[in-house]
Amino acid sequence: MRRAGPDRSLLLVVALLVGFGVLMVYSAGQTDVPSVAGGAWVRQLIWLGIGILAGWAVFRVNFRILEWAAPGIYALGLALLALTLVVGTGAGSAASSRSWLAIRGHRIGQPVELAKLATILLLARYLSSLREAPRTLTQLIKPCVLVGAPFLLVMAQPDLGSAIVFVGILFAMLFWAGVRPRLLLMLASPAVSLLLAADTRWWGAWMVVLLLLLLYWRTFVVEGVVVYLVNSAMGVIAILVWGHLKPYQQRRLTTFMNPESDPIHAGYQAIQSKVAIGSGGLFGNGFLNGPQKRLAFLPEQYTDFIFSVVGEELGFVGVVAALGLFLWLFLILLRIARRATDPFSSLVVFGLLGLFFTHLFENVGMTINVMPITGIPLPFFSYGGSFLLTSALAIGLALRVAWDSRLSGYAEV
Amino acid sequence: MSDLAADRLRDRAPAARAVLVVAFLLLLAAFFRAQVVNSADYRLQSEKNRLRQVPLMAPRGAILDRNGVAIADNVPGYTVKLFAPSVDSLRALLERLQRIVSLDSGDLELIVRRFRAAQYQPALLFAGAARETVARLEEHRYLLPGLVIQTEPRRTYPAGSAVAHLAGYVGEVSEDELGKDRYPGARMGSVVGRDGLEQQYDSVLRGVDGIRYTEVDARGRMVREEVSSPSLVPIAGNPVKTTIDLPLQQYVDSIWRTELAGTRGALVAMTPKGEILALYSAPTFDPNEFVGRIPVNRWNAYNGDPALPLFNRVIRGTYPPASPFKLATAVMALRKGIIGFATHMPVPCRGGIQFGNRYIKCWKKEGHGSLDLTGAITASCDVYFYQLGLRLGLTDMLEDGTRLGFGERSGIDLGSEQRPSYPPNTRYFDRRYGPRGWTNAVTLNLAIGQGENSQSLMNMVRFYAALAGDGTVGPPYLVRPRDLPVRSLGLSAGQLAGLRDALAGVVQHGTAAASGGRDLNAAGKTGTAQNPHGKDHGWFIGFAPVDHPQIVVGSIMEEKLHGSSVAPYVIRVIRRYLVEQDPSLAHVRVKMPVLDDTIPTPLPAVTDTIP
Repeated sequence: MRRAGPDRSLLLVVALLVGFGVLMVYSAGQTDVPSVAGGAWVRQLIWLGIGILAGWAVFRVNFRILEWAAPGIYALGLALLALTLVVGTGAGSAASSRSWLAIRGHRIGQPVELAKLATILLLARYLSSLREAPRTLTQLIKPCVLVGAPFLLVMAQPDLGSAIVFVGILFAMLFWAGVRPRLLLMLASPAVSLLLAADTRWWGAWMVVLLLLLLYWRTFVVEGVVVYLVNSAMGVIAILVWGHLKPYQQRRLTTFMNPESDPIHAGYQAIQSKVAIGSGGLFGNGFLNGPQKRLAFLPEQYTDFIFSVVGEELGFVGVVAALGLFLWLFLILLRIARRATDPFSSLVVFGLLGLFFTHLFENVGMTINVMPITGIPLPFFSYGGSFLLTSALAIGLALRVAWDSRLSGYAEV
Repeated sequence: MSDLAADRLRDRAPAARAVLVVAFLLLLAAFFRAQVVNSADYRLQSEKNRLRQVPLMAPRGAILDRNGVAIADNVPGYTVKLFAPSVDSLRALLERLQRIVSLDSGDLELIVRRFRAAQYQPALLFAGAARETVARLEEHRYLLPGLVIQTEPRRTYPAGSAVAHLAGYVGEVSEDELGKDRYPGARMGSVVGRDGLEQQYDSVLRGVDGIRYTEVDARGRMVREEVSSPSLVPIAGNPVKTTIDLPLQQYVDSIWRTELAGTRGALVAMTPKGEILALYSAPTFDPNEFVGRIPVNRWNAYNGDPALPLFNRVIRGTYPPASPFKLATAVMALRKGIIGFATHMPVPCRGGIQFGNRYIKCWKKEGHGSLDLTGAITASCDVYFYQLGLRLGLTDMLEDGTRLGFGERSGIDLGSEQRPSYPPNTRYFDRRYGPRGWTNAVTLNLAIGQGENSQSLMNMVRFYAALAGDGTVGPPYLVRPRDLPVRSLGLSAGQLAGLRDALAGVVQHGTAAASGGRDLNAAGKTGTAQNPHGKDHGWFIGFAPVDHPQIVVGSIMEEKLHGSSVAPYVIRVIRRYLVEQDPSLAHVRVKMPVLDDTIPTPLPAVTDTIP
């Protein structure tokens, strides 16, 4: 047995990512026209210090305590989320959504970040308590309600990006808990219907495919009928839901399909981001030297679109390096989850992996226009205290799980 | 919970790893496409994003008179431009701008249209803005982040309306003209010459505009001059030196503005060699008003004016040449050798002549009696020239007249000259009246400068320049003669001298006796052109000194009734020039004319006259 200690590879990759991230936040602040981004890197460093302390504190906490406290943390998270609906304030590019809690005008944090961790903990506790993996949709109702509560509260803020993260967490953890892919697909099918409802032909084709799949899988009759009926209903209510979306949400979805349809307003960010990345070429314009960023063509360059700065200044090489670090991180987290001493720890780590992965894929995907524009931060890169703190806590948790598994000899598995 | 045992999880791990790797490959593929495959496109877009071209206007070459005095020159002016990232934001900025300086809706539309045509360039708001406008804009600069105020050369015409038709004016090239490439090398926003010398010598005067690349931020604020793409320095246009005598030109203008106010007409002065000394058309306009952009109401006022101030009557207006054309008839006859200066016509003038079944009158009811050619020219006797025309014959008159240049433009180096109309041969009459529908009356009309003959002032003065010179004259010119044939009258020096003496007699004893040219030994011919629309037009073309002419001046004044009321002004212009050349001539007398010549109603070309 090797000497027990913090997982060095995880510490190393996180250190690299954080270092890379702070450099990019610094670069994002170097514009020809002074902006609020200028001093962001200093504040980011302060948050990093707080994050390290918090991560270290979490690292010291026994997972049994976390497991015991999960419902309480979850309740607190929900309460704070509900509070934002009453007293929440907007900020920055998402000024119209009430996602911040503020005391006397000082914004102190986004409860959604706490809710993400709380949901992971409680869902892990629930799934690890099961005797066997859920086999029917009925058995999935409970986990769905668990995640659905914060999801709906976040949607009500409204913050579509963060809401999607909850969906990512749910599917990741159900998958890790052993739920069969076909069940996950059945669970996801209403969302597919919702998305395809815009075009009757696609939706029709999807309904035929779904029917064939249900027949092939020989699902329970009731289950199959319910799934099919819900899918049909989704096709109908999608139009109604569309009507209820806020205009900016509608625009984001339509401009995702075709950014040039509205190049000045909704499509502006998508186009400018892609122009910045594309003009970076293979080796980039050089650190600190991205013209699109310098001249403020790039929107939100130090928060949601920081990856565009990476693409513009460091080129494809920089993008490969950054994504490589993330992939490395995810593989380490996967390893830790695999080697965890108990199902709860394992599910927590995999839930964190789902959290990070959803953030990364959504954020990086939107900078290159493969995902719609939703304002969620890139872990370790985007400027922002709440999420950096969340990430630090998540890494603290993962380190603890790795530590536990090493102590109990799982490291050799 | 058996399913979540470590073994079970190990089964899930490869699938999770596969999902991760596929997702990352998907992202990498998207980045590879953007950053490696299509990078050049995005790089271009990025450049377009941040670089704006600011055109630097090249100073236009000056137009100088024969002594180097400026007819058209440049003074520093202010050009106001506005950087805008899009048409929408331009409109928003213009709305803001309107609260600071007034702009009418037509201006706004033009600004937006121009911006659409050349995005990535600042929109031009004012060319040649007034100092107060610039001061107001500077005060409110913080409201208009993309404002650019450049000092650019601004065209100015120091002599103003005195040189309007001569110099022309400048204006911004239109999209239509760019499409037709009427001004090679011009770009959107280039200032090009319109009308007059500005247009004729535009390619010499214009120069090449430069470009300055400026880096702007997302709001369109200028950040700095781009260093990697250095500015293209504007290349100044070349000056053009003309043959114009600016003081003489201004003298003509001063006469017209005081004594001839309201008279429509034109005057042109040239040397017998073809150099134009003055070229004036009235009413005139102020070319300075056209610099930058002429206000719509001023433009409409000029265009709606029935007196056509923008119309250059020297080269565009054509009139029946009337009596001055009798010299052309005389030249043709002398060249053919069918008469000499002492030749009398068979029928003396008794105030008219029987022609077929018609009795055609001379302008002088009492008749001139029997005259020789010299006397007939001096007295401008219609009866003599009717018979001379008949003796020449229509075919020869048409042929010789065409050869003398009456069917062609004078060829002056000034654009849009109107082609005079002179029938080249008898088929013209066949077409017009039918093969048997016309009679020899057309010959009589032509012989005295009526009928199917209308000449521009320029073309007539060119003919007189040949008379005043050595019998030949090339195309008249302001800068340099066009490559056109030199026309010869085909007369001997003696014949020329005889004609000049006869014309001098006109001034000294004849129809223009009182115009006071005696001291100058001036020669000239009055004329009165039929005007079917109103009072007759008066002609006078004269030159001096008779023995060695240095200047030929012709003028037509619309609805002035008689050539003899035109003559004094022409004589004054001649005298002014000669005094300018030789101050010792400063003592000349001036008397107002008392004699008139009138032209009888021209014969109808058709019906009842038999021969």
